[in-house]
Amino acid sequence: MFKYFEPNKIYAITSRAPKYVLFLFIVVLTIGLTESLILSPEDYKQSEAVRIMYVHVPAAWISLGIFLGLALMSIGSFIFKNKNFALISKSLAPSGFIFNIIALVTGSIWGKPTWGTWWAWDARITSMLILALFYGMYLLAWRIYEDNNKAIKVTSMIAILGAINIPIIKFSVDWWNTLHQPSSINILSETSIHISMLIPLGIMTAAFALFSLLIFLMKYNTELIKVKNKGLDRL
Amino acid sequence: MINEIISMNGYGSYVWSAFSFTLISFVALYFVTKLQLLKEQKRFASKFGSLNEEKTKAARSQNINIEILSNTSKI
Repeated sequence: MFKYFEPNKIYAITSRAPKYVLFLFIVVLTIGLTESLILSPEDYKQSEAVRIMYVHVPAAWISLGIFLGLALMSIGSFIFKNKNFALISKSLAPSGFIFNIIALVTGSIWGKPTWGTWWAWDARITSMLILALFYGMYLLAWRIYEDNNKAIKVTSMIAILGAINIPIIKFSVDWWNTLHQPSSINILSETSIHISMLIPLGIMTAAFALFSLLIFLMKYNTELIKVKNKGLDRL
Repeated sequence: MINEIISMNGYGSYVWSAFSFTLISFVALYFVTKLQLLKEQKRFASKFGSLNEEKTKAARSQNINIEILSNTSKI
């Protein structure tokens, strides 16, 4: 099955896709910003500060999703010994890290008007900070190790170890008494967010997902060209 | 209307700084990634150009190399 996803075969697609993804991202982001900054209603408790949710929540979701992807790819890399998994993970990590930082910074900005403080060593916030440290270690390991095989092993270990933190982040608001509010959106039970706020949240999540796809494609193409550069040296 | 959007009931500084930070991060990450891609494409083109005839023929047998070169020529 993996032969259909070999870099040599998919480069023709991955090299052309970014311009279309960029266009789609700009369109969806423009709609998302209009909805979240102008059209969506204010909250009866948090007033206009609630609008920070439209950048904070999608950023947190996507950073978690990408790290889960890194962990799964790392497991795949160990099982199938396919280097393309490592290439995909390496290309996904930068956008995941940036989304993690955005979630932390916008969460901190949101904390000031709602909780009266920029930062609290609360279970959800601290576990998100730990995730950022894992992202940092993952990206640093790719830079530190020049031997590609060693880099793949070390980064895979970091991703798999870091994945233990993902359920902790998800359930931290249920397991401990936290300043951070519990989840408002649940797949299995009823969502406590009104549809007028759910729509901009969905559009902004789509925009952020498109941005991470755009960065992934550009980074993946860069990594493929690096591999091909080494191939030219070996000719 | 515009004043209301800017002040956001007194929360404007928080809301706008959160959105600005997000958008600035996007722009920065996009340009850093784009620059890395362009640098690698240029490196590939210059290496390809310095190959001898035999090696060029071998390199041209791989479609991906031709694809990379065709993208590089659009820079």
